[in-house]
Amino acid sequence: MVPISYYLALSAVLFGLGVVAFIFKRNIITIFMAIELMLNAVNLAFVAFSRALGQLQGQVFVFFVIVVAAAEAAVGLAIIIVIARNRGTLNVERVDSLKH
Amino acid sequence: MTGNDLQSYAPLLLHLTLAMALSGVLVLLSSLVGWRRPSTTKSQPYECGITPTGDAREPFSVKFYLVAMVFILFDVEAIFLYPWAYIFRELRWFGFVEMILYIGILLVGYFYLWKKGALDWNRPAVRRDRAS
Amino acid sequence: MSLPLQDLCRVAPEIVLCAFAMLVMLLAPIVPRARHGILSTISVLGAGIALAATRFPAMYPGAAYSGLFRADAFSLFVHWIVCGAAFLVILGSTSYLQREDLDAGEFCALILLATAGMGIMAGAQELLTAFIGLEMSSIASYILASYKRDAPRSNEAGMKYFLLGSFATAFFLYGIALFFGASGSTRLDMMTPLANDSARTLLKMGLGFIFVGLAFKVAAAPFHLWAPDVYEGAPAPVTALLSTGPKAATFALALRILADVGAASPLWFWALWVAAVLSMFAGNLAALVQTSLKRMLAYSSVAHAGYILVALATAAATDHAEAGIAAALFYLVGYALVQLGAFLIVAQLGGPGERHVEIEDFAGVARRQPAMAACLSLFLLSLLGLPVTVGFLGKFYVFNAALESNLIWLAILLGLNSVIAAYYYLRVIVAMYMLREPEQEIAAEPVPWTLSLVLWIASMGTVYIGLFPARVIGFAAKAALNMR
Repeated sequence: MVPISYYLALSAVLFGLGVVAFIFKRNIITIFMAIELMLNAVNLAFVAFSRALGQLQGQVFVFFVIVVAAAEAAVGLAIIIVIARNRGTLNVERVDSLKH
Repeated sequence: MTGNDLQSYAPLLLHLTLAMALSGVLVLLSSLVGWRRPSTTKSQPYECGITPTGDAREPFSVKFYLVAMVFILFDVEAIFLYPWAYIFRELRWFGFVEMILYIGILLVGYFYLWKKGALDWNRPAVRRDRAS
Repeated sequence: MSLPLQDLCRVAPEIVLCAFAMLVMLLAPIVPRARHGILSTISVLGAGIALAATRFPAMYPGAAYSGLFRADAFSLFVHWIVCGAAFLVILGSTSYLQREDLDAGEFCALILLATAGMGIMAGAQELLTAFIGLEMSSIASYILASYKRDAPRSNEAGMKYFLLGSFATAFFLYGIALFFGASGSTRLDMMTPLANDSARTLLKMGLGFIFVGLAFKVAAAPFHLWAPDVYEGAPAPVTALLSTGPKAATFALALRILADVGAASPLWFWALWVAAVLSMFAGNLAALVQTSLKRMLAYSSVAHAGYILVALATAAATDHAEAGIAAALFYLVGYALVQLGAFLIVAQLGGPGERHVEIEDFAGVARRQPAMAACLSLFLLSLLGLPVTVGFLGKFYVFNAALESNLIWLAILLGLNSVIAAYYYLRVIVAMYMLREPEQEIAAEPVPWTLSLVLWIASMGTVYIGLFPARVIGFAAKAALNMR
């Protein structure tokens, strides 16, 4: 069996990649994908812990994370579509009418 | 926790290496040995069938996104049906009533979408002009 | 398994809120658009009934649904804040929705659902429930922030809130995952003694992540950068809700985690200390230079998050945390009343499209609309912390709690910040009463009775609790004791 630390390291790396992409990427869709990556890193950590501890709670949590992420994705994509319609751009640096 | 555990994955690794090597060799061989006579007909996406019209990379209608979003939501909500179905016999009527309630709540959302016209494909794009 | 009636009683407010939200959603497409006022009426009724339904969890306190949820004095107190906030916001925004030609049904349903989420957060005893509640309130608020679909600024507010909010959620979740790995459970009240050092390290890391996630949600520095943009761009009644309800619920969740997982308090104490000081200074100093009243109030809300964090740090510093928790709860009540009132006044005086929200635009409001000017002054003075208002007592209790726990520096910085804040609050009052009106006349719109009622409730509450705080602080103290 692969030791749990491998999974946790992978999860940490994925989460870190998500954070880095969130900070440095400029396209809203890409930023959004970075968030999804972070959520999936969380799911991986939950399942790994769940297996290592022999408890199902973690896997139940993953169910809920998936469902909530889907709801969040729907709302987020709707907001992104509205932005694209009203401004014609998806670059966050050009969506800045609130900075004085 | 040590190499022993990983060793059980050795056949898988071997299989993976072989598969990648084989496909690599085949692609390489065909590009070295084979000869090519390109023509416009051959480079089309489909050599026979419908003649493609326009570029495949044009933006989709936003309606696709709307339907896709709605689909994702209702699709993923079904995830809760699986564990429920697995222990349905133990839960008996309690589980049945709970699931009816859950589906009822989803139906409220469905009804709302329906009445708002989100499922109506041929609805003209409504853009109410407002004084901004 | 029989129908758990007592469990149902313990979540009665949430059930009422969700049922009314669904009722509004069912009616919204059927009722003709011209008669959408009825949907607001139903929603106000729903929030009111939910407020009344807190009677049920009060009668049957205890854990519900095998420990997922907990009804006690603490959750009851927070329920009053969030349900009350929803009630006032829905009532106060009816005229705004008509003026801006916005769809009332969806708006009210979303507020009710968000409030249900906040209620769940307040009573969560299991991190899974806390997560669901947090997301219910967050997802609904993302939509609310971008509710003016055709206004680019509202879109932008929604986008920023959504991106940063989801980012914070991911941090919160990662923290929960580590917490689960350390303790083998996501129940807050079942923290088994940790087996070894590595588990303890995991727990600390997890709590660190949870802290970052929650700090984002309450807009505490250094994670507050989204707040001014979102609060400014969102429709003003939505801002009124965003800066009160979710904040109260998130602080409640933080307090519960703090109370239940005492093992890591040294870490949390310093994190809270730093966040409190940074929030106070970042909020107040930035508010000094704002020209827009809406943006100024946004920065001031960051500063107020800092004051509440002082109370939280106090609760983390000592073994008898009750004083700190009670102070935080009391502060939240006063803050919610006043902040709601101020943003609803901005929504009204801003005029169609909220074009007049600069501080200059408020010059001479005292002559045009004396009642509104008086209310806004009262709210600003309460935010400033003048005696007789609830804001003064809130600050006083926090200050006292900090002194009792020997956090002298924190208390001194709190006092210093209150002085800084006086400048920008008074500037608005001076503009309203002493400056001459701008050249082009801003038409004075008649104040709708619904808004008058809300402002009357808010200002009466501000003064009444300011003069007779005994019952509220008594209940807050009981709630704090109850948590242990």
